[in-house]
Amino acid sequence: MIATPEIQTARTRGIANHELLEVSMGPHHPSTHGVFRMNVLLDGEVIVKLTPVFGYLHRNHEKIAEKNSYLSAIPYTDRLDYICSMTNNWAYVLSVEKLAGIAVPERAEYIRVITAELTRLFNHACLAGFLLQDMGALGTPLMYAFREREKILDLFESLTGSRMMCNYLRFGGCRCDLPDGWLKQAAGVLAAFSPFLDQFEALLDENEILHARSEGVGVLPRELAINAGVTGPGLRASGVNYDVRKVDHYGIYDRFPFRVPLGEHGDVLDRYMVRILEMRESIKILDQALREIAPGPIIDPKAKLRNLRPKAGEAYGRIEGPKGELGFYLISDGGPTPYRFRVRPPSLINLTVLEDMCIGHSISDVVIILGSVDIVLGEVDR
Amino acid sequence: MLSLEQISTRICAAIAGARIETVPNASPSAQASLLIDNEHAREIAAFLRDDRELQFDYASNVTGVDWPEKTVKVKTKTKKVIDGVEKEVEELVEQKTPAFLEAVYHLYSMVRGGGPLILRLRTGNRTDHAVLPSLTPVWRSCEFQEREIYDLFGVTFEGHPDLRRILMWDGFEDHPMRKDYQPVAEEETKP
Repeated sequence: MIATPEIQTARTRGIANHELLEVSMGPHHPSTHGVFRMNVLLDGEVIVKLTPVFGYLHRNHEKIAEKNSYLSAIPYTDRLDYICSMTNNWAYVLSVEKLAGIAVPERAEYIRVITAELTRLFNHACLAGFLLQDMGALGTPLMYAFREREKILDLFESLTGSRMMCNYLRFGGCRCDLPDGWLKQAAGVLAAFSPFLDQFEALLDENEILHARSEGVGVLPRELAINAGVTGPGLRASGVNYDVRKVDHYGIYDRFPFRVPLGEHGDVLDRYMVRILEMRESIKILDQALREIAPGPIIDPKAKLRNLRPKAGEAYGRIEGPKGELGFYLISDGGPTPYRFRVRPPSLINLTVLEDMCIGHSISDVVIILGSVDIVLGEVDR
Repeated sequence: MLSLEQISTRICAAIAGARIETVPNASPSAQASLLIDNEHAREIAAFLRDDRELQFDYASNVTGVDWPEKTVKVKTKTKKVIDGVEKEVEELVEQKTPAFLEAVYHLYSMVRGGGPLILRLRTGNRTDHAVLPSLTPVWRSCEFQEREIYDLFGVTFEGHPDLRRILMWDGFEDHPMRKDYQPVAEEETKP
Protein backbone atom coordinates (compact mmCIF):
# COMPACT_ATOMS: atom_id res chain seq x y z
CA MET A 1 0.00 0.00 0.00
CA ILE A 2 1.39 3.35 -0.99
CA ALA A 3 0.29 6.49 0.78
CA THR A 4 0.92 9.19 -1.81
CA PRO A 5 -0.69 12.61 -1.33
CA GLU A 6 -3.10 11.72 -4.16
CA ILE A 7 -4.38 8.77 -2.21
CA GLN A 8 -4.84 10.95 0.83
CA THR A 9 -6.83 13.51 -1.14
CA ALA A 10 -8.82 10.81 -2.85
CA ARG A 11 -9.69 9.44 0.58
CA THR A 12 -10.65 12.76 2.08
CA ARG A 13 -12.78 13.56 -0.95
CA GLY A 14 -14.60 10.31 -0.41
CA ILE A 15 -13.58 8.88 -3.77
CA ALA A 16 -11.90 5.93 -2.19
CA ASN A 17 -12.30 4.26 1.12
CA HIS A 18 -10.23 1.25 0.28
CA GLU A 19 -6.81 0.71 -1.16
CA LEU A 20 -5.74 2.38 -4.35
CA LEU A 21 -3.38 0.77 -6.81
CA GLU A 22 -0.77 2.57 -8.85
CA VAL A 23 -0.12 0.99 -12.23
CA SER A 24 2.51 1.99 -14.73
CA MET A 25 1.00 1.59 -18.20
CA GLY A 26 3.76 1.56 -20.77
CA PRO A 27 6.25 2.41 -22.12
CA HIS A 28 5.93 -1.00 -23.75
CA HIS A 29 2.18 -1.34 -23.65
CA PRO A 30 0.92 -2.15 -27.17
CA SER A 31 -1.91 0.38 -26.92
CA THR A 32 0.40 3.33 -26.45
CA HIS A 33 1.48 3.18 -30.12
CA GLY A 34 5.09 3.76 -29.20
CA VAL A 35 7.00 4.41 -26.03
CA PHE A 36 4.58 6.42 -23.94
CA ARG A 37 3.94 5.80 -20.27
CA MET A 38 0.98 6.65 -18.10
CA ASN A 39 1.10 6.32 -14.35
CA VAL A 40 -2.47 5.57 -13.42
CA LEU A 41 -3.93 5.48 -9.96
CA LEU A 42 -6.79 3.02 -9.77
CA ASP A 43 -9.69 2.60 -7.44
CA GLY A 44 -10.70 -0.91 -8.38
CA GLU A 45 -10.75 -0.48 -12.16
CA VAL A 46 -11.64 3.21 -12.14
CA ILE A 47 -9.07 5.91 -12.87
CA VAL A 48 -8.50 8.35 -10.02
CA LYS A 49 -5.42 10.03 -11.40
CA LEU A 50 -3.37 9.74 -14.56
CA THR A 51 0.10 11.19 -15.08
CA PRO A 52 1.63 10.99 -18.54
CA VAL A 53 5.39 10.45 -18.67
CA PHE A 54 7.25 11.60 -21.78
CA GLY A 55 10.74 11.63 -23.16
CA TYR A 56 11.54 8.03 -24.10
CA LEU A 57 12.06 9.03 -27.72
CA HIS A 58 13.54 12.46 -27.03
CA ARG A 59 16.52 13.34 -29.22
CA ASN A 60 16.26 17.14 -29.11
CA HIS A 61 15.22 17.60 -32.69
CA GLU A 62 15.17 21.38 -32.16
CA LYS A 63 18.81 21.56 -31.15
CA ILE A 64 19.86 19.35 -34.08
CA ALA A 65 18.03 21.69 -36.45
CA GLU A 66 19.69 24.72 -34.89
CA LYS A 67 23.10 23.24 -35.65
CA ASN A 68 22.30 22.46 -39.30
CA SER A 69 21.35 24.55 -42.30
CA TYR A 70 17.75 25.35 -43.18
CA LEU A 71 17.74 22.81 -45.99
CA SER A 72 19.10 19.93 -43.96
CA ALA A 73 16.33 20.23 -41.40
CA ILE A 74 13.78 18.94 -43.94
CA PRO A 75 14.67 15.22 -43.65
CA TYR A 76 14.63 15.55 -39.87
CA THR A 77 11.05 16.82 -39.98
CA ASP A 78 10.06 13.55 -41.72
CA ARG A 79 10.87 11.77 -38.48
CA LEU A 80 8.61 13.90 -36.29
CA ASP A 81 5.27 12.37 -37.11
CA TYR A 82 6.77 9.50 -39.02
CA ILE A 83 3.44 8.45 -40.49
CA CYS A 84 2.77 11.79 -42.14
CA SER A 85 6.09 13.07 -43.47
CA MET A 86 4.49 15.09 -46.28
CA THR A 87 2.53 17.35 -43.95
CA ASN A 88 5.56 17.81 -41.68
CA ASN A 89 7.58 18.93 -44.70
CA TRP A 90 4.85 21.35 -45.67
CA ALA A 91 4.60 22.99 -42.25
CA TYR A 92 8.35 23.52 -42.15
CA VAL A 93 8.81 24.84 -45.68
CA LEU A 94 5.78 27.10 -45.18
CA SER A 95 7.49 28.69 -42.17
CA VAL A 96 10.76 29.15 -44.04
CA GLU A 97 8.86 30.64 -46.97
CA LYS A 98 7.26 33.12 -44.58
CA LEU A 99 10.60 33.90 -43.00
CA ALA A 100 12.44 34.44 -46.27
CA GLY A 101 9.55 35.68 -48.39
CA ILE A 102 9.55 32.93 -51.04
CA ALA A 103 6.66 32.46 -53.47
CA VAL A 104 5.44 29.04 -54.59
CA PRO A 105 4.35 28.23 -58.18
CA GLU A 106 0.82 27.00 -58.75
CA ARG A 107 1.68 23.45 -59.78
CA ALA A 108 3.73 22.98 -56.62
CA GLU A 109 0.80 24.22 -54.54
CA TYR A 110 -1.42 21.62 -56.18
CA ILE A 111 1.14 18.88 -55.56
CA ARG A 112 1.32 19.94 -51.92
CA VAL A 113 -2.45 19.78 -51.52
CA ILE A 114 -2.57 16.37 -53.22
CA THR A 115 0.20 14.84 -51.10
CA ALA A 116 -1.13 16.38 -47.88
CA GLU A 117 -4.68 15.17 -48.44
CA LEU A 118 -3.44 11.69 -49.37
CA THR A 119 -1.52 11.74 -46.09
CA ARG A 120 -4.65 12.78 -44.22
CA LEU A 121 -6.58 9.95 -45.86
CA PHE A 122 -4.28 7.18 -44.74
CA ASN A 123 -3.58 8.73 -41.35
CA HIS A 124 -7.28 8.81 -40.51
CA ALA A 125 -7.88 5.35 -41.98
CA CYS A 126 -5.05 3.87 -39.91
CA LEU A 127 -6.24 5.69 -36.80
CA ALA A 128 -9.69 4.22 -37.23
CA GLY A 129 -8.10 0.80 -37.70
CA PHE A 130 -5.91 1.14 -34.61
CA LEU A 131 -8.81 2.42 -32.54
CA LEU A 132 -10.92 -0.59 -33.45
CA GLN A 133 -7.97 -2.86 -32.78
CA ASP A 134 -7.82 -1.35 -29.28
CA MET A 135 -11.51 -2.14 -28.89
CA GLY A 136 -10.93 -5.76 -29.70
CA ALA A 137 -11.58 -5.96 -33.46
CA LEU A 138 -8.23 -7.65 -33.89
CA GLY A 139 -6.71 -7.33 -37.30
CA THR A 140 -9.47 -6.90 -39.84
CA PRO A 141 -10.21 -3.12 -39.82
CA LEU A 142 -6.54 -2.29 -39.38
CA MET A 143 -5.47 -4.57 -42.21
CA TYR A 144 -8.13 -3.12 -44.50
CA ALA A 145 -6.83 0.36 -43.65
CA PHE A 146 -3.24 -0.70 -44.17
CA ARG A 147 -4.12 -2.18 -47.55
CA GLU A 148 -5.29 1.27 -48.69
CA ARG A 149 -2.31 2.93 -47.07
CA GLU A 150 0.05 0.67 -48.99
CA LYS A 151 -1.40 1.88 -52.28
CA ILE A 152 -0.82 5.50 -51.28
CA LEU A 153 2.68 4.70 -50.05
CA ASP A 154 3.36 3.12 -53.46
CA LEU A 155 2.38 6.46 -55.00
CA PHE A 156 4.73 8.27 -52.64
CA GLU A 157 7.50 5.85 -53.45
CA SER A 158 7.24 6.40 -57.19
CA LEU A 159 7.13 10.16 -56.58
CA THR A 160 9.85 10.61 -53.96
CA GLY A 161 11.79 7.36 -53.84
CA SER A 162 10.81 6.68 -50.27
CA ARG A 163 7.63 5.30 -48.78
CA MET A 164 7.56 7.02 -45.42
CA MET A 165 10.53 9.39 -45.13
CA CYS A 166 9.62 11.36 -48.22
CA ASN A 167 11.84 14.45 -47.83
CA TYR A 168 9.97 15.88 -50.79
CA LEU A 169 9.07 19.55 -50.35
CA ARG A 170 11.56 22.35 -50.79
CA PHE A 171 11.43 26.08 -50.09
CA GLY A 172 9.48 27.53 -52.99
CA GLY A 173 8.14 24.26 -54.34
CA CYS A 174 8.90 20.55 -54.52
CA ARG A 175 12.00 18.50 -55.19
CA CYS A 176 10.94 16.81 -58.43
CA ASP A 177 7.99 16.76 -60.77
CA LEU A 178 5.34 14.05 -60.86
CA PRO A 179 6.45 11.03 -62.91
CA ASP A 180 4.55 10.16 -66.09
CA GLY A 181 1.22 8.56 -65.42
CA TRP A 182 1.33 9.40 -61.69
CA LEU A 183 -1.87 11.44 -61.79
CA LYS A 184 -3.71 8.61 -63.48
CA GLN A 185 -2.41 6.15 -60.93
CA ALA A 186 -3.43 8.49 -58.11
CA ALA A 187 -6.90 8.84 -59.58
CA GLY A 188 -7.12 5.05 -59.61
CA VAL A 189 -6.12 4.79 -55.95
CA LEU A 190 -8.60 7.49 -55.07
CA ALA A 191 -11.40 5.79 -57.01
CA ALA A 192 -10.80 2.66 -54.91
CA PHE A 193 -10.75 4.61 -51.66
CA SER A 194 -14.43 5.61 -51.68
CA PRO A 195 -15.68 2.00 -51.94
CA PHE A 196 -13.23 1.04 -49.18
CA LEU A 197 -14.69 3.74 -46.97
CA ASP A 198 -18.24 2.61 -47.79
CA GLN A 199 -17.31 -0.94 -46.84
CA PHE A 200 -15.53 0.24 -43.70
CA GLU A 201 -18.54 2.24 -42.62
CA ALA A 202 -21.00 -0.52 -43.47
CA LEU A 203 -19.00 -2.90 -41.32
CA LEU A 204 -18.48 -0.62 -38.38
CA ASP A 205 -20.75 2.40 -38.07
CA GLU A 206 -23.65 0.47 -36.57
CA ASN A 207 -21.43 -2.01 -34.80
CA GLU A 208 -22.73 -2.64 -31.31
CA ILE A 209 -19.33 -3.08 -29.71
CA LEU A 210 -18.04 0.15 -31.19
CA HIS A 211 -21.02 2.06 -29.82
CA ALA A 212 -20.95 0.36 -26.43
CA ARG A 213 -17.29 1.09 -25.98
CA SER A 214 -17.15 4.64 -27.33
CA GLU A 215 -20.44 6.43 -26.68
CA GLY A 216 -20.10 8.83 -23.77
CA VAL A 217 -16.51 7.73 -23.15
CA GLY A 218 -13.77 10.31 -22.79
CA VAL A 219 -15.98 13.34 -23.19
CA LEU A 220 -14.08 16.54 -23.87
CA PRO A 221 -16.20 19.66 -23.24
CA ARG A 222 -15.99 22.45 -25.80
CA GLU A 223 -14.62 25.15 -23.46
CA LEU A 224 -11.92 22.89 -22.08
CA ALA A 225 -10.92 21.80 -25.58
CA ILE A 226 -10.37 25.42 -26.64
CA ASN A 227 -8.58 26.45 -23.45
CA ALA A 228 -6.30 23.43 -23.51
CA GLY A 229 -5.26 24.10 -27.10
CA VAL A 230 -6.61 20.83 -28.48
CA THR A 231 -6.57 20.98 -32.28
CA GLY A 232 -7.49 18.82 -35.21
CA PRO A 233 -10.28 16.24 -35.29
CA GLY A 234 -10.34 16.10 -31.47
CA LEU A 235 -11.29 19.75 -31.28
CA ARG A 236 -13.88 19.53 -34.03
CA ALA A 237 -15.47 16.48 -32.39
CA SER A 238 -16.18 18.78 -29.44
CA GLY A 239 -18.13 21.04 -31.78
CA VAL A 240 -15.60 23.83 -32.41
CA ASN A 241 -15.48 24.89 -36.04
CA TYR A 242 -11.76 25.53 -36.36
CA ASP A 243 -9.76 24.20 -39.26
CA VAL A 244 -6.50 25.97 -40.13
CA ARG A 245 -7.16 25.23 -43.80
CA LYS A 246 -10.30 27.38 -43.53
CA VAL A 247 -8.90 29.99 -41.13
CA ASP A 248 -5.50 30.72 -42.69
CA HIS A 249 -6.23 29.75 -46.33
CA TYR A 250 -2.62 28.73 -46.62
CA GLY A 251 -1.51 27.32 -49.97
CA ILE A 252 -4.47 27.26 -52.31
CA TYR A 253 -7.07 25.84 -49.95
CA ASP A 254 -9.49 28.70 -50.66
CA ARG A 255 -10.05 27.19 -54.12
CA PHE A 256 -11.54 24.02 -52.70
CA PRO A 257 -15.09 24.05 -51.39
CA PHE A 258 -15.12 21.51 -48.55
CA ARG A 259 -17.04 21.19 -45.34
CA VAL A 260 -15.64 20.94 -41.83
CA PRO A 261 -17.33 18.01 -40.07
CA LEU A 262 -18.23 18.74 -36.45
CA GLY A 263 -19.13 16.48 -33.56
CA GLU A 264 -21.74 17.16 -30.90
CA HIS A 265 -20.76 15.30 -27.78
CA GLY A 266 -16.98 15.27 -27.90
CA ASP A 267 -16.75 11.60 -27.00
CA VAL A 268 -14.66 8.85 -28.61
CA LEU A 269 -17.43 7.99 -31.08
CA ASP A 270 -17.55 11.61 -32.29
CA ARG A 271 -13.80 11.68 -32.72
CA TYR A 272 -14.04 8.49 -34.78
CA MET A 273 -16.92 9.78 -36.91
CA VAL A 274 -15.31 13.19 -37.51
CA ARG A 275 -12.31 11.42 -38.99
CA ILE A 276 -14.45 9.24 -41.24
CA LEU A 277 -16.26 12.35 -42.50
CA GLU A 278 -13.00 14.24 -42.96
CA MET A 279 -11.79 11.46 -45.23
CA ARG A 280 -14.88 12.00 -47.39
CA GLU A 281 -14.05 15.71 -47.63
CA SER A 282 -10.42 14.95 -48.45
CA ILE A 283 -11.57 12.72 -51.31
CA LYS A 284 -13.56 15.67 -52.68
CA ILE A 285 -10.53 17.97 -52.43
CA LEU A 286 -8.34 15.37 -54.12
CA ASP A 287 -10.84 14.82 -56.92
CA GLN A 288 -10.82 18.51 -57.70
CA ALA A 289 -7.06 18.90 -57.33
CA LEU A 290 -6.28 15.95 -59.62
CA ARG A 291 -8.66 17.42 -62.21
CA GLU A 292 -7.36 20.99 -62.04
CA ILE A 293 -3.60 20.53 -61.77
CA ALA A 294 -1.92 22.06 -64.83
CA PRO A 295 1.63 21.76 -66.17
CA GLY A 296 4.08 24.38 -65.08
CA PRO A 297 7.19 24.99 -63.00
CA ILE A 298 7.39 23.08 -59.73
CA ILE A 299 9.81 25.33 -57.89
CA ASP A 300 10.47 29.04 -57.74
CA PRO A 301 13.73 29.39 -59.74
CA LYS A 302 14.83 32.29 -57.53
CA ALA A 303 14.40 30.32 -54.32
CA LYS A 304 17.72 29.56 -52.71
CA LEU A 305 18.01 26.11 -51.20
CA ARG A 306 21.64 25.81 -50.18
CA ASN A 307 23.23 28.53 -48.06
CA LEU A 308 19.89 30.12 -47.39
CA ARG A 309 20.41 33.07 -45.07
CA PRO A 310 17.10 34.74 -44.33
CA LYS A 311 17.10 38.30 -43.03
CA ALA A 312 17.09 38.61 -39.25
CA GLY A 313 13.56 38.19 -37.99
CA GLU A 314 11.10 35.51 -37.06
CA ALA A 315 8.10 33.68 -38.47
CA TYR A 316 5.47 31.25 -37.25
CA GLY A 317 3.85 29.11 -39.90
CA ARG A 318 1.20 26.49 -39.29
CA ILE A 319 -0.88 24.01 -41.23
CA GLU A 320 -3.75 21.70 -40.45
CA GLY A 321 -1.91 18.43 -40.05
CA PRO A 322 -3.85 15.18 -39.77
CA LYS A 323 -3.32 15.27 -35.99
CA GLY A 324 -3.94 18.96 -35.42
CA GLU A 325 -2.24 22.28 -35.83
CA LEU A 326 1.38 21.63 -36.76
CA GLY A 327 3.47 24.78 -36.53
CA PHE A 328 7.09 25.78 -36.88
CA TYR A 329 8.48 28.87 -35.20
CA LEU A 330 11.76 30.07 -36.64
CA ILE A 331 14.05 32.91 -35.61
CA SER A 332 16.83 33.94 -37.96
CA ASP A 333 19.80 36.06 -36.97
CA GLY A 334 20.92 36.37 -40.57
CA GLY A 335 23.16 33.33 -40.32
CA PRO A 336 23.11 30.06 -42.26
CA THR A 337 21.41 28.11 -39.45
CA PRO A 338 18.18 28.96 -37.65
CA TYR A 339 18.82 30.82 -34.39
CA ARG A 340 15.74 29.21 -32.92
CA PHE A 341 13.82 26.30 -34.37
CA ARG A 342 10.67 25.25 -32.62
CA VAL A 343 8.06 22.65 -33.48
CA ARG A 344 4.56 23.05 -32.15
CA PRO A 345 3.66 19.37 -31.78
CA PRO A 346 -0.09 18.75 -31.92
CA SER A 347 0.30 15.26 -30.48
CA LEU A 348 1.91 16.55 -27.28
CA ILE A 349 -0.49 19.42 -26.70
CA ASN A 350 -3.54 17.25 -27.39
CA LEU A 351 -2.41 15.07 -24.47
CA THR A 352 -2.81 17.97 -22.01
CA VAL A 353 -6.39 16.94 -21.34
CA LEU A 354 -5.82 13.18 -21.35
CA GLU A 355 -6.23 13.00 -17.59
CA ASP A 356 -9.46 15.06 -17.66
CA MET A 357 -10.91 12.72 -20.27
CA CYS A 358 -9.92 9.55 -18.42
CA ILE A 359 -10.87 10.27 -14.80
CA GLY A 360 -13.89 8.24 -13.76
CA HIS A 361 -13.56 5.74 -16.61
CA SER A 362 -12.24 2.22 -16.33
CA ILE A 363 -8.68 1.29 -17.22
CA SER A 364 -9.80 -0.45 -20.39
CA ASP A 365 -11.30 2.83 -21.58
CA VAL A 366 -7.96 4.61 -21.17
CA VAL A 367 -6.64 2.56 -24.07
CA ILE A 368 -9.50 3.73 -26.28
CA ILE A 369 -9.37 7.35 -25.17
CA LEU A 370 -5.66 7.51 -25.86
CA GLY A 371 -6.26 5.83 -29.21
CA SER A 372 -8.86 8.43 -30.14
CA VAL A 373 -6.45 11.31 -29.40
CA ASP A 374 -4.13 10.04 -32.16
CA ILE A 375 -0.55 10.51 -31.08
CA VAL A 376 2.77 9.65 -32.64
CA LEU A 377 5.65 9.49 -30.21
CA GLY A 378 8.20 10.77 -32.68
CA GLU A 379 6.37 14.06 -32.48
CA VAL A 380 5.43 14.00 -28.79
CA ASP A 381 9.01 13.52 -27.60
CA ARG A 382 10.90 15.12 -30.52
CA MET B 1 -8.19 41.83 -35.87
CA LEU B 2 -7.14 45.10 -34.27
CA SER B 3 -3.64 46.38 -34.96
CA LEU B 4 -0.88 45.88 -32.40
CA GLU B 5 -1.01 49.57 -31.38
CA GLN B 6 -4.77 49.38 -30.84
CA ILE B 7 -4.38 46.22 -28.78
CA SER B 8 -1.66 47.72 -26.60
CA THR B 9 -3.64 50.94 -25.98
CA ARG B 10 -6.64 48.79 -25.10
CA ILE B 11 -4.58 46.83 -22.60
CA CYS B 12 -3.06 49.97 -21.09
CA ALA B 13 -6.51 51.53 -20.73
CA ALA B 14 -7.83 48.48 -18.90
CA ILE B 15 -4.83 47.62 -16.72
CA ALA B 16 -3.23 50.45 -14.82
CA GLY B 17 0.55 50.37 -14.84
CA ALA B 18 0.97 47.81 -17.60
CA ARG B 19 4.14 48.39 -19.55
CA ILE B 20 4.01 47.23 -23.15
CA GLU B 21 6.59 47.58 -25.87
CA THR B 22 6.26 46.61 -29.52
CA VAL B 23 9.07 44.41 -30.82
CA PRO B 24 9.41 44.94 -34.58
CA ASN B 25 10.09 42.11 -37.02
CA ALA B 26 12.05 43.00 -40.14
CA SER B 27 11.50 39.68 -41.92
CA PRO B 28 8.92 39.32 -44.74
CA SER B 29 6.57 37.57 -42.33
CA ALA B 30 6.10 40.95 -40.56
CA GLN B 31 4.89 39.24 -37.39
CA ALA B 32 5.66 41.91 -34.80
CA SER B 33 5.17 41.08 -31.15
CA LEU B 34 4.32 42.70 -27.83
CA LEU B 35 6.80 42.64 -24.97
CA ILE B 36 4.83 42.75 -21.72
CA ASP B 37 6.06 43.28 -18.19
CA ASN B 38 6.22 40.36 -15.82
CA GLU B 39 4.26 41.92 -12.93
CA HIS B 40 1.11 42.39 -15.00
CA ALA B 41 1.62 39.46 -17.37
CA ARG B 42 -1.13 37.24 -16.01
CA GLU B 43 -3.56 40.15 -15.75
CA ILE B 44 -2.83 41.10 -19.35
CA ALA B 45 -3.22 37.49 -20.48
CA ALA B 46 -6.58 37.15 -18.73
CA PHE B 47 -7.67 40.46 -20.28
CA LEU B 48 -6.67 39.30 -23.77
CA ARG B 49 -8.63 36.10 -23.27
CA ASP B 50 -11.78 37.66 -21.85
CA ASP B 51 -12.03 41.03 -23.59
CA ARG B 52 -14.99 41.05 -25.99
CA GLU B 53 -13.14 42.80 -28.78
CA LEU B 54 -10.12 40.50 -28.65
CA GLN B 55 -11.07 37.08 -27.22
CA PHE B 56 -7.73 35.36 -27.69
CA ASP B 57 -9.09 32.13 -26.28
CA TYR B 58 -6.41 29.86 -27.76
CA ALA B 59 -2.71 29.93 -26.89
CA SER B 60 -1.25 27.90 -29.71
CA ASN B 61 2.51 27.86 -29.44
CA VAL B 62 4.55 28.58 -26.33
CA THR B 63 8.29 28.41 -26.46
CA GLY B 64 11.52 29.73 -25.04
CA VAL B 65 14.41 31.57 -26.64
CA ASP B 66 17.87 31.97 -25.18
CA TRP B 67 19.65 35.29 -25.70
CA PRO B 68 23.13 35.16 -24.17
CA GLU B 69 25.17 38.29 -23.61
CA LYS B 70 26.34 39.82 -26.85
CA THR B 71 28.90 42.50 -27.57
CA VAL B 72 27.99 44.66 -30.51
CA LYS B 73 30.33 47.23 -31.97
CA VAL B 74 28.40 50.38 -32.73
CA LYS B 75 29.75 53.35 -34.66
CA THR B 76 29.14 56.57 -32.80
CA LYS B 77 29.95 60.10 -33.82
CA THR B 78 31.37 62.31 -31.14
CA LYS B 79 32.65 65.83 -31.26
CA LYS B 80 36.18 66.22 -30.04
CA VAL B 81 38.57 69.08 -29.89
CA ILE B 82 41.74 68.11 -31.72
CA ASP B 83 44.53 70.67 -31.99
CA GLY B 84 42.15 73.42 -31.01
CA VAL B 85 39.68 72.58 -33.81
CA GLU B 86 36.38 70.93 -33.10
CA LYS B 87 36.00 67.83 -35.26
CA GLU B 88 33.48 65.08 -35.60
CA VAL B 89 35.16 61.75 -35.00
CA GLU B 90 33.71 58.30 -35.66
CA GLU B 91 34.46 55.81 -32.95
CA LEU B 92 33.74 52.15 -32.54
CA VAL B 93 32.17 51.62 -29.16
CA GLU B 94 31.53 48.18 -27.75
CA GLN B 95 28.04 47.81 -26.37
CA LYS B 96 26.98 44.86 -24.31
CA THR B 97 23.40 43.66 -24.59
CA PRO B 98 22.25 42.08 -21.37
CA ALA B 99 21.57 38.35 -21.34
CA PHE B 100 18.06 37.08 -20.79
CA LEU B 101 15.72 34.21 -21.52
CA GLU B 102 12.48 34.79 -23.29
CA ALA B 103 9.13 33.04 -23.40
CA VAL B 104 7.10 33.57 -26.57
CA TYR B 105 3.34 32.95 -26.74
CA HIS B 106 1.43 32.76 -30.03
CA LEU B 107 -2.23 33.54 -29.43
CA TYR B 108 -5.17 33.02 -31.74
CA SER B 109 -8.88 33.55 -31.39
CA MET B 110 -11.05 30.57 -32.23
CA VAL B 111 -14.24 32.54 -31.73
CA ARG B 112 -13.29 35.62 -33.76
CA GLY B 113 -10.68 34.10 -36.04
CA GLY B 114 -7.87 36.59 -35.36
CA GLY B 115 -4.21 36.00 -34.81
CA PRO B 116 -1.42 35.44 -34.30
CA LEU B 117 -0.85 37.88 -31.48
CA ILE B 118 2.65 37.28 -30.19
CA LEU B 119 3.47 37.98 -26.55
CA ARG B 120 6.99 37.98 -25.16
CA LEU B 121 8.10 37.77 -21.57
CA ARG B 122 11.71 38.33 -20.56
CA THR B 123 13.59 37.19 -17.49
CA GLY B 124 15.94 39.47 -15.56
CA ASN B 125 18.99 37.40 -16.48
CA ARG B 126 19.98 33.85 -17.32
CA THR B 127 21.10 32.76 -13.87
CA ASP B 128 19.44 33.74 -10.61
CA HIS B 129 16.52 35.73 -12.02
CA ALA B 130 15.30 33.25 -14.62
CA VAL B 131 11.76 33.50 -13.30
CA LEU B 132 8.55 34.30 -15.19
CA PRO B 133 4.89 34.23 -14.21
CA SER B 134 3.11 31.16 -15.56
CA LEU B 135 0.19 31.72 -17.92
CA THR B 136 -1.12 28.17 -17.43
CA PRO B 137 -3.90 29.44 -15.11
CA VAL B 138 -5.16 31.47 -18.09
CA TRP B 139 -4.59 28.93 -20.88
CA ARG B 140 -4.30 25.22 -20.04
CA SER B 141 -2.45 24.64 -23.30
CA CYS B 142 0.63 26.28 -21.76
CA GLU B 143 0.93 23.50 -19.18
CA PHE B 144 3.21 21.07 -21.03
CA GLN B 145 4.88 23.75 -23.10
CA GLU B 146 5.93 25.78 -20.04
CA ARG B 147 7.20 22.57 -18.48
CA GLU B 148 9.26 22.09 -21.61
CA ILE B 149 10.74 25.61 -21.32
CA TYR B 150 11.54 24.90 -17.67
CA ASP B 151 13.19 21.65 -18.69
CA LEU B 152 15.15 22.74 -21.74
CA PHE B 153 15.82 26.43 -20.99
CA GLY B 154 15.72 26.62 -17.22
CA VAL B 155 13.02 29.24 -16.76
CA THR B 156 11.04 28.82 -13.55
CA PHE B 157 7.36 29.57 -13.98
CA GLU B 158 5.71 30.95 -10.86
CA GLY B 159 2.17 29.73 -10.37
CA HIS B 160 2.52 26.68 -12.63
CA PRO B 161 0.48 23.82 -11.15
CA ASP B 162 2.95 21.04 -11.90
CA LEU B 163 6.41 22.32 -12.79
CA ARG B 164 8.62 19.29 -13.44
CA ARG B 165 11.01 18.21 -16.16
CA ILE B 166 9.10 16.79 -19.10
CA LEU B 167 11.50 15.45 -21.75
CA MET B 168 14.75 15.01 -19.82
CA TRP B 169 14.78 12.77 -16.77
CA ASP B 170 14.52 13.91 -13.16
CA GLY B 171 17.97 14.49 -11.82
CA PHE B 172 19.35 15.82 -15.08
CA GLU B 173 21.03 19.08 -14.27
CA ASP B 174 21.67 21.25 -17.30
CA HIS B 175 19.29 22.84 -19.79
CA PRO B 176 20.05 21.48 -23.28
CA MET B 177 18.43 24.19 -25.38
CA ARG B 178 20.59 26.95 -23.95
CA LYS B 179 23.15 28.27 -26.40
CA ASP B 180 26.10 27.57 -24.10
CA TYR B 181 25.09 23.99 -23.30
CA GLN B 182 27.98 21.55 -23.40
CA PRO B 183 26.87 17.99 -24.08
CA VAL B 184 28.44 15.34 -21.90
CA ALA B 185 29.13 11.74 -22.80
CA GLU B 186 25.83 9.90 -22.70
CA GLU B 187 26.95 7.05 -20.51
CA GLU B 188 27.91 9.38 -17.68
CA THR B 189 24.51 11.04 -17.39
CA LYS B 190 22.03 8.25 -17.94
CA PRO B 191 20.31 7.09 -14.79
